[in-house]
Amino acid sequence: MRQSYIMPGFRPTLGFTLVYLGLVVLIPLSTLVFKSLSLSWDDYVHIITSNRVMASFRVSFSTSLLAALIASFFGFIIAWTFVRYHFFGKRILDALIDLPFALPTAVAGIVLATIYQPNGYIGQLLINTFGIKVAYTPTGIVIALIFISMPFVVRTVQPVLQEFDSTMEEAASTLGATKLQIFTKVIFPNVFPALLTGFSLAFARGVGEYGSVIFIAGNIPYVSEIVPLMIITKLEQYEYAGATAIALTLLVISFVLLLIINLLQLWVRKRSGQL
Amino acid sequence: MKFNTLIKTALFTAGLLLSQATLADRALLNVSYDPTRELYQEFNKEFIKDWKAKTGETVTIQQSHGGAGKQARAVIDGLEADVLTLAITYDIDNISRRARLLPENWQSRLPNKSIPYTSTMVFLVRKGNPKGIKDWDDLVKEGVAVITPNPKTSGGARYNYLAAWAFAEKKYGSKDAAKDFVRKLYKNVPVLDSGARGATTTFLQREIGDVLLTWENEAYLALKELGDGKVDIIVPPTSILAETPVAIVDKVVDKHGTRDLAEAYLNFLYSPTGQKLAAKHFYRPSEPKYADAADIARFPKIERFKVDDVFGGWDNVQKVHFDDEGIFDQIYAP
Repeated sequence: MRQSYIMPGFRPTLGFTLVYLGLVVLIPLSTLVFKSLSLSWDDYVHIITSNRVMASFRVSFSTSLLAALIASFFGFIIAWTFVRYHFFGKRILDALIDLPFALPTAVAGIVLATIYQPNGYIGQLLINTFGIKVAYTPTGIVIALIFISMPFVVRTVQPVLQEFDSTMEEAASTLGATKLQIFTKVIFPNVFPALLTGFSLAFARGVGEYGSVIFIAGNIPYVSEIVPLMIITKLEQYEYAGATAIALTLLVISFVLLLIINLLQLWVRKRSGQL
Repeated sequence: MKFNTLIKTALFTAGLLLSQATLADRALLNVSYDPTRELYQEFNKEFIKDWKAKTGETVTIQQSHGGAGKQARAVIDGLEADVLTLAITYDIDNISRRARLLPENWQSRLPNKSIPYTSTMVFLVRKGNPKGIKDWDDLVKEGVAVITPNPKTSGGARYNYLAAWAFAEKKYGSKDAAKDFVRKLYKNVPVLDSGARGATTTFLQREIGDVLLTWENEAYLALKELGDGKVDIIVPPTSILAETPVAIVDKVVDKHGTRDLAEAYLNFLYSPTGQKLAAKHFYRPSEPKYADAADIARFPKIERFKVDDVFGGWDNVQKVHFDDEGIFDQIYAP
């Protein structure tokens, strides 16, 4: 291990990283594991596979996935607009993007529920013209998740687009590529890894989100109950072990999904020659 | 040298903190549930005045309010409550059993099973009662939207559920019929909020639903605060007796040295002043003779089922109805 680095400060920074990961991430998470160890394997399986918990997993993952996909698509367009075009009021709009980061999520949830509910401004419009009910259905959950996860996509894609070397575009153009070709073959592959990061951040945030969803979901068992609500419900019934069992399962599934996305990202970057 | 200074500073700080702790006024933390906020605001003022007059000591009372279950859990997890004024005996039972902070016989230590005032669940409907809701069986009719929180997470919602069950079991004569009745009732619930205040918001601010099932005192409070005639209170012929118990947390008061204060505080709830304030804030006092006659006259006659009589106690209620895969879960199963 006597390896020397050109950059100084390897030991203090690594030390700090390990201490941080230990204190802030691993110790709290390991108590989660220990707490759920008080359950027998059969009890654990019984809790996790109960119909209501399974239904909540389906609701949480499907809505988070859909919301992350939609947020990625529109987040990309927003980032593109900010980087590529200049227009009046751009700075203000740019600052607005970060607002969902700062807003307490409960406030977001209450506001969204108020405007999307059947008597609300937008809710009324949607129900009268399209017959779509948003608030108090899974659709409402997706809306809330898009709202809170959009900034993750915009903020990860934006800097990459900004740094994008325009000489590549010019080269493609001189070689006779059409605008569509330049976008699909030159620009998009370069931005794709960043978009994947944004997508996974949006997805992870969506799976764990409680505050904003709870007000708009309606929380009907089997239909619009999310996993974090099941955890709270267990806690209210003093079933600490059951709550941690669900939390642990949620954590493991999320970790595996994020790992897959990370590997996918690595593969994409290798293929496009960025690594 | 450096180390020495550090120790000195630490000692000095510790000393400072210690002296502050001994010099400061004694304080009580009252952990309560959501709708009692207004009652205890006024009650605490009266108690502080009374205690000062009797002993000359100035004390402070801190209040904590929230969903009843959440509050009980906070105490189990270490919130140092000197006294509890909660919504359901089951919650204090759990604090006693799980955290062993007070003896299991806590309920026998104060008059009237430690229940200084009671309440019940009533209906809040839109002005003029357009859907003609009078009794519990009007709630299961087609086209009636009922707002009530999730009984698994809200104390008030448990009383709502039990009131509906007790009504149906008495009227239709069997447990199967009662189960069918609550299933139909919850089919009419479009939003299952997690707490009583959330449900009130859904009904009043979002204007969703035809009827809100809520605490009697919350209903009167809503009427008082809205004031402009947006809603009416409908008191059904039967409902549930909501017994809202109080208790001293022995381990905490012994640690804080506040036992005498905590005992006086809870006893003051039973005093003429306490009973009068309870009635003023729409709780039904255990000694109505102390309350203003005008306040008592506001409470309509209502037959209130007892949880112990109809359901055989809270442990049974929890096991049969609200635990996982209990009846409440079954009525939602697709």
